[in-house]
Amino acid sequence: MSKTLSREQMLALAEHVENAELQAHDITKVTNDYPDMTFEDAYDVQWEIRRRKEERGNKIVGMKMGLTSWAKMAQMGVETPIYGFLADYFSVPDGGVVNTKELIHPKIEAEIAFVTKAPLKGPGCHIGQVLAATDFVIPAVEVIDSRYENFKFDLVSVVADNASSTRFITGGQMADVADVDLKTLGVVVEKNGEVVDVGAGAAVLGHPASSVAMLANLLAERGEHIPAGTFIMTGGITAAIAVEPGDNITVRYQGLGTVSARFE
Amino acid sequence: MKKTRIQALGDELYQAMLSREAVEPLTSRGEDISIDDAYHISLRMLERRLADGASIIGKKIGVTSKAVQNMLNVHQPDFGYLTDDMVFNSGEVMPISDRLIAPRAEGEIAFILKKDLIGPGITNADVLAATECVMPCFEIVDSRIRDWKIAIQDTVADNASCGLFVLGDQAVSPRKVDLVTCGMVVEKNGSVLSAGAGAAALGSPVNCVTWLANTLGEFGIALKAGEVILSGSLVPLEPVKAGDSMRVDIGGIGSASVRFA
Repeated sequence: MSKTLSREQMLALAEHVENAELQAHDITKVTNDYPDMTFEDAYDVQWEIRRRKEERGNKIVGMKMGLTSWAKMAQMGVETPIYGFLADYFSVPDGGVVNTKELIHPKIEAEIAFVTKAPLKGPGCHIGQVLAATDFVIPAVEVIDSRYENFKFDLVSVVADNASSTRFITGGQMADVADVDLKTLGVVVEKNGEVVDVGAGAAVLGHPASSVAMLANLLAERGEHIPAGTFIMTGGITAAIAVEPGDNITVRYQGLGTVSARFE
Repeated sequence: MKKTRIQALGDELYQAMLSREAVEPLTSRGEDISIDDAYHISLRMLERRLADGASIIGKKIGVTSKAVQNMLNVHQPDFGYLTDDMVFNSGEVMPISDRLIAPRAEGEIAFILKKDLIGPGITNADVLAATECVMPCFEIVDSRIRDWKIAIQDTVADNASCGLFVLGDQAVSPRKVDLVTCGMVVEKNGSVLSAGAGAAALGSPVNCVTWLANTLGEFGIALKAGEVILSGSLVPLEPVKAGDSMRVDIGGIGSASVRFA
């Protein structure tokens, strides 16, 4: 895969897409203007958005994986998931409030997050290495918010848009990977007191740890790796559920407590 | 509905089960069938099977997921009877080609009771106190109604579309597992097919058993010590055919597997 964007075009796109996030307004897909854009171009845009945030003083506090379910990958016609980054201001306290005025059309997904204690480097990173390098796992709820009109995008566009990352809530109880069966770990999503979706860890690439391995392998394509101490959200165990001001969400994790948030 | 008509429809479904030849939906024949009539039809079908020597070993609860309730436009579950000729053990080969018409697999949690439960007035605490253990389970549902074209009355009359079932390789006390959040993963022919959790059945599998105890109480029927109660599917129904194999894993409970022939 190669690049098709000039450096000026890439920088302009990064500013355009990031402004949509910062100003909470939707935009048309970047591939409408640049139909030949490649994955590599799109990740260039994402890494430039990341650089812009760091330059402004934001810290990068973790990574996220997206399109990790077989169903979503089939729907998008791809065989690998995608990644994005998490900035410090994305973090919302457990039981806290998500301000929807800062967002366009938010949805939530229940996930399992990993925190590493040793570096992970691809290519060839596998589940065994991931489990050995994991400090602990912890429940997380991701709020995603595509900057694209009507949440409609193609793969290249969503990569350029930081994999729709916007907010996340971590809570519940941390656990050693040796003490939980991440494949069968169940989650129950309640919206305003009603069960709206259920799932189990295997919905994420068969096992959430394989999502971390894939992140290491994807990062290796750019000469990057996962340093020790990285917080990684592994991808939605449940479908993305739309939320509106006034909604409250509680996600229950088998043996790992709950994570909740209100949307205002 | 007249008693003779109820008997005739019950006999028709009984014959359909034996011959493996589906019948037209009962609700497509221009006669009014209430849900109460439908349960009486199912009792007639059961009576015929008991006369053949089958014995009751438990009950099943159906229509517990929102998706199926919306499909049938009903907002309550239904139930059917489990007999000794329906049960298989994990790892066994299930001869669906000889026994069933249009089989579909559901992953469930089975309750094994150690005390009778007689509604009304049964609570979740009563159900938990009366439960010896819970087990992973595949229920292979089937419909004697052509192409599964069922309204709620059709499935109720047809023993809640019950077919055969497989109990898993482990049994766990309900004290040891959170039945609401326990996750379920179903694999078919080696690939992950679907995932769910306990809350998919009416918010909790325990709610389902409580509902059944109270509903049967109105008919003067008890859930008995030693019976197996299938509490309802936690994942979407999956059509299966001879040659397929399936496995279900439930977090904190165990697994069950089955091969179809």
